[in-house]
Amino acid sequence: MTAAITADHLTIRFGSFTAVNDVSFSVDKGEIFGFLGPNGSGKTTIIKALCGLLRPTEGGGTILGMDVRQHAAEIKCRVGYMSQKFGLYEDLTVEENIGFYAGVYGIHGEKAEQRKQEVLALTGIEHYLKRRAGQLSGGWKQRLALACAIIHSPEVVFLDEPTAGIDPVARRALWDLLFRLSGQGVTFFVTTHYMDEAERCGRVGYIYMSNLVAIGTVAELQGLPDANPPDTARIQIKTANASAILDSVRKIAGVREATIFGQSIHALVETRQMEALRARLPEATIETITPSLEDIFVTLTYKIMESSQ
Amino acid sequence: MKRLFRGLIPVCRKEALHIVRDPGTLFFALLIPMLQLFLFGFAIDTNIRQIATVVMDESQTQASRSLLQRFAASDVFALRGYVQSQDEMYAAIRSGRARVGIRIPYDYARHVLDGSTASVLVLVDGSDSTVAAQAVSTSTGVALQQSLAQILPEGNLPIDVRPSVLYNPSTRSANFFVPGLVGILLQVMTILLIALSLVRERERGTLEQLTMTPVAPLGLMVGKMIPYGVLAFLELCAILAVMRIVFQVPIHGNVFLLLALSLPFLLTVLGIGLLISTKARTQAEAFQLAMGTILPSIFLSGYIFLIENMPPVFQVISRIIPTTYYIRILRGIILRGAGLGDVWLDGLVLTAMGSAAILLAARQFVNQREG
Repeated sequence: MTAAITADHLTIRFGSFTAVNDVSFSVDKGEIFGFLGPNGSGKTTIIKALCGLLRPTEGGGTILGMDVRQHAAEIKCRVGYMSQKFGLYEDLTVEENIGFYAGVYGIHGEKAEQRKQEVLALTGIEHYLKRRAGQLSGGWKQRLALACAIIHSPEVVFLDEPTAGIDPVARRALWDLLFRLSGQGVTFFVTTHYMDEAERCGRVGYIYMSNLVAIGTVAELQGLPDANPPDTARIQIKTANASAILDSVRKIAGVREATIFGQSIHALVETRQMEALRARLPEATIETITPSLEDIFVTLTYKIMESSQ
Repeated sequence: MKRLFRGLIPVCRKEALHIVRDPGTLFFALLIPMLQLFLFGFAIDTNIRQIATVVMDESQTQASRSLLQRFAASDVFALRGYVQSQDEMYAAIRSGRARVGIRIPYDYARHVLDGSTASVLVLVDGSDSTVAAQAVSTSTGVALQQSLAQILPEGNLPIDVRPSVLYNPSTRSANFFVPGLVGILLQVMTILLIALSLVRERERGTLEQLTMTPVAPLGLMVGKMIPYGVLAFLELCAILAVMRIVFQVPIHGNVFLLLALSLPFLLTVLGIGLLISTKARTQAEAFQLAMGTILPSIFLSGYIFLIENMPPVFQVISRIIPTTYYIRILRGIILRGAGLGDVWLDGLVLTAMGSAAILLAARQFVNQREG
């Protein structure tokens, strides 16, 4: 199976600022690849480089086997892109938006009509054909944006924070759509802030300060040595007044991280201090847990911050 | 070739939809220049007539009244009243009630009769230089005529100059200003419309989306230029019609030649609008930049001030302002009946400027996308 997307020691500098530093990864065809990282960490820059909009300073990448440095024009025709801004013309109707993007991708006549019907059926937006895009709710705008982004049957689709500011029902509907399309062989590269979205992805990459810090399936990440430092345990402390005692838990010797998770506290604790901790919190139930993605990324981020100081 | 302009047709169609959907833009585009045309067309009159004048006639004789009559007959001076002292005359000018004061001394008639020189004081308010110049030259002329009439009571004058003003025989200001105004209004409207249209896309994020599609920079830019170009062309026709019908400015040359030679100017201003849109991040910024192009085109293009009278530096600057060439074309064809043989060079310069502006804008656009 050939890779749909590869990045090979991809480095992008703007003057003295390194936006992307030596990033390598590969995404298989039909995969949904999640890309996480704080704002300004280089996610959008990587997408732009892979779509041929930015020349890599060093290294390179391929889309569907084509070199991004040489085949930018060809790549654009076979790649779809949707950003959190959606890129819709609000004074144009749903139909006109779809028609415009079909034209832009060079699809005309019967083929355009056929594709239009297909994306309409897929996104379920056919009831709003004559409505102006500006009058749609956030969720429907997002579906329209997706319809426009896949009008030319792209084999690879980049979604740059597609669910920012969308209600949970619409988010789930979008993910259902992505799974259906990926079942048909479409590759998705999705950046997001939401950990639960990342957990839906087949594989996840975490970028922090221009560096790709971790990459793998959720299970692989949970097993990372860096995410589970030696002689520590990830625990859940169930107690009646979690938020009230959080500060005091953080001050206990051997507690490296502690944060609130619903009614309980998640903490990373040195194993030799476990007994002392239990003694300090007699009324709490303490059990070991597998780290969540958030736990992993927070641990990794702290580790980088410590080593760079 | 096809790849160079990729996306032109869908962009063009979409832009036309924007124009139709947004009545505000249409209103702004068509009505505002028309209003300005009426405003400026009626307000600007550089022919100086009926300057308010006060008189201090100490002589009170037939000779002095005959002189005053000649002043009044010139149509340049309007005698608005008499004053009793020179102080009162100064006060009238200082307060703005009068711009000119004429003082005829008590011994005027005696000097005129005995052949010695009679002096008449003409005070002129210099705060408006054109009014002052007109008052000074006309009063000198009046004195000269009166003197000649005195010396040669019934004789013929040895020299008689008969000026014949070509192309604008009645020297109407409207004939001079309105054709130039056509160019200025067309420029303002076109630059603003196209620059705002592209910057709006940048603000709303649709431009980012477009850069991810196979649309070529020239396809996007030319695709946007066509609908706005058509709009500007229709406006040009409307403005010319108003000029002809309302302001009664005759078009001596060929209207179709004028319309044809307007195309390179439209190309240029559209190109400038696109250049502005590559620089401006927000619509407000684009608006300011567009306004910034207007002042030089008003003052340095020959629209108001004669280029020949400018300091050499400004003469050079006026040559790089596209409006200069278009105003030459407008005045040439409308007022002087110029043919293609007279104005082809101006058209060529505009074509070159327009193409350069568009290519530069497309280049800027590509560079920016990478940065």
